[in-house]
Amino acid sequence: MSNNTTTEVNQEEEIAPPLDAKALASGRDHPVNVSLKAEGKIRLYTTMVRIRRFEERAVRAYQQGKIGGFLHDYIGQESIAVGCCSLMKEHDHVITAYRDHGHAIAVGMNQNALMAELYGKVTGCSKGKGGSMHYFAPDKNYWGGHGIVAGQTPLGTGLAYALKYKGLKGCCMCFMGDGAVNQGVFHESLNLAQLWKLPVIYVIENNGYSMGTSLARSSAFSDSLAMRAEGYNMAWDTGNGHLIYEVRAKVAAAIERAHEHSLPTLLELKTYRYRGHSIADANAEKYRTKDEIRRTRETKDPISIFKTILLEEKVLTEDIAKDIEKSARDEANNAADYADRSPYPPVEDITNDVYWSVDNPGKHDNHGKIFFND
Amino acid sequence: MPLITYRQALKDGLAEEIIRDPNVLIMGEEVAQYNGAYKVTEGLWERFGDKRVVDAPISEAGFIGLGIGASMLGIRPVMELMFFSFAYVAWDQMVNNAACVRYMSGGLINVPIVIRGPANGGTNVGATHSHTPENQLANFPGLKVVCPATPYDVKGLIKSAIRDNDPVYFMENTLLYGMQGEVPVEEYTIPIGKADVKRAGTDITLIAHGRAVITCLKAAELLATEHEISCEVVDLRSIRPLDEEAILASVRKTHRALLVEENKPFCGVGAQISHLIQDKAFDDLDGPVKRLSSIDAPAIYSDPLEKYQLPNPQRVIEAVLKMI
Repeated sequence: MSNNTTTEVNQEEEIAPPLDAKALASGRDHPVNVSLKAEGKIRLYTTMVRIRRFEERAVRAYQQGKIGGFLHDYIGQESIAVGCCSLMKEHDHVITAYRDHGHAIAVGMNQNALMAELYGKVTGCSKGKGGSMHYFAPDKNYWGGHGIVAGQTPLGTGLAYALKYKGLKGCCMCFMGDGAVNQGVFHESLNLAQLWKLPVIYVIENNGYSMGTSLARSSAFSDSLAMRAEGYNMAWDTGNGHLIYEVRAKVAAAIERAHEHSLPTLLELKTYRYRGHSIADANAEKYRTKDEIRRTRETKDPISIFKTILLEEKVLTEDIAKDIEKSARDEANNAADYADRSPYPPVEDITNDVYWSVDNPGKHDNHGKIFFND
Repeated sequence: MPLITYRQALKDGLAEEIIRDPNVLIMGEEVAQYNGAYKVTEGLWERFGDKRVVDAPISEAGFIGLGIGASMLGIRPVMELMFFSFAYVAWDQMVNNAACVRYMSGGLINVPIVIRGPANGGTNVGATHSHTPENQLANFPGLKVVCPATPYDVKGLIKSAIRDNDPVYFMENTLLYGMQGEVPVEEYTIPIGKADVKRAGTDITLIAHGRAVITCLKAAELLATEHEISCEVVDLRSIRPLDEEAILASVRKTHRALLVEENKPFCGVGAQISHLIQDKAFDDLDGPVKRLSSIDAPAIYSDPLEKYQLPNPQRVIEAVLKMI
């Protein structure tokens, strides 16, 4: 009996071994983390909790039939968007794929506008024209939100190109999932970025599954995705995406490479999503085991880990954590109420925002007919 | 007015815009040190340097996407596709990103990019290098599609395209690059979306874009001298925006329309215009609208047959004689 018990524990540990104290401390000594004050740490923690509660609320709204289409939630990966975006300076930009809610909140977008967008309401951040996969906030240096796997990778490269062209000291953090690395345009982007020495950081959020296909079933060499950078003579690194200190340390090095040397980096951060590829993923517990999901959630949840660390550091108390939790729930619930109360866009809106020249009459000498609706 | 080639007029337009706006840059395969595969950009790299005239590797999806991303931050890239046939490897970038970003962002993001290059058959290179995707690209709201036929038009329109805040896909023709025409020395632009009556006439309207305009003008000349038929030739100049008023005004005058294009017939530009005419000028017609396009097959390699596959003056004349 005892032998059997031991075997079970080992199997559990093999699925998702718990992080030891050394692992938990990873990145803590990096200057970007050493210099973090208590408020800064609380802000990181709060933002992660806010993302989690927003998405849980959105999932509920979806189940209530308030939201349709796709909803790719970020639950389990929050430390990456929050860690990376927390280091943004004036000329640093962000672009990502369709799992974009976390980045949107991390750059400071308003949850009311985000939730309303999911509901397809006119008060949404894209006036109900983009939906879950297409959040944008150029005023916050956030360029989406892109629905086609790897489609954002040359765009992010182009944002970096524009920064360099204009002589600005900045970079573009271009996020993607592990599914993106097998698209041709990703490789074209890497080549261009290194060839032209562009200040871009490609962040692979490797959650192990491109939709329902595991890494081993999709990548010929799956031990390291970042190592593909070698083929382009590009700097690369890997890190534990569950640990926000480590995320910040790793991305800080890449940002410095971009800012100081105008060079790209391919950074792979290991992470995990508890739920399906999208909410409509009926097989979320079929292409991987329930045990794997449960064990990862128990041992590697980025919010739980950071909470433990902050409690140890005495930056956080259970009372403060409860307050953060309550505020986050209230914010998400209020966002859902706001979205619910908001009107749908009027029919006339269908043909607005297609062409600049149509939306700005008189400023442009276009002559011909642009729409063909009759 | 000086007589210069289509190629020279285009190059002059590009150079003037590079000088006018520091955000304008040219990028494409072989555009800089090689002087352009079709010499459109010849001398520009020497004149303006590495920053403004940039050689890209053969990587259309990558560099077109890069240009779109850069344009979102206010750069105005003029991207050369060596052939518009290569657009298909950059299709996701061209139709998902460039065409939809403004809309999906609720109007927050603009994509002031120009993608230009030759889009034509008739050069004996086989099907993969002979595509004419103007009808396909004009099907995407958010894009503008321009097809200039003369040196005067190509210069005025490329300048407008570069200044436009929407993505403009600018389709040229290798068989027109050497064609000469009068181009003023002083600066001018031509608004995008305005058709041009290239020849006035009374008996029938020939509506065309790109090189088919030149084909129609040759046919009109022969129809006038040999058959005493007066053709009006309307050059669309842009497919989207489409100058409906110019089309309808001419049809109301001549009461007959032949739509000529080097595109394939199925779901082609002519199909759209044919619909427009029957919808808005039905009572003005003295006969059915007819279309003449490339013969419906991939572009054939064999030289004499390829010349026959495309609309040519003889085929236009035959079509007109059947209508009158």
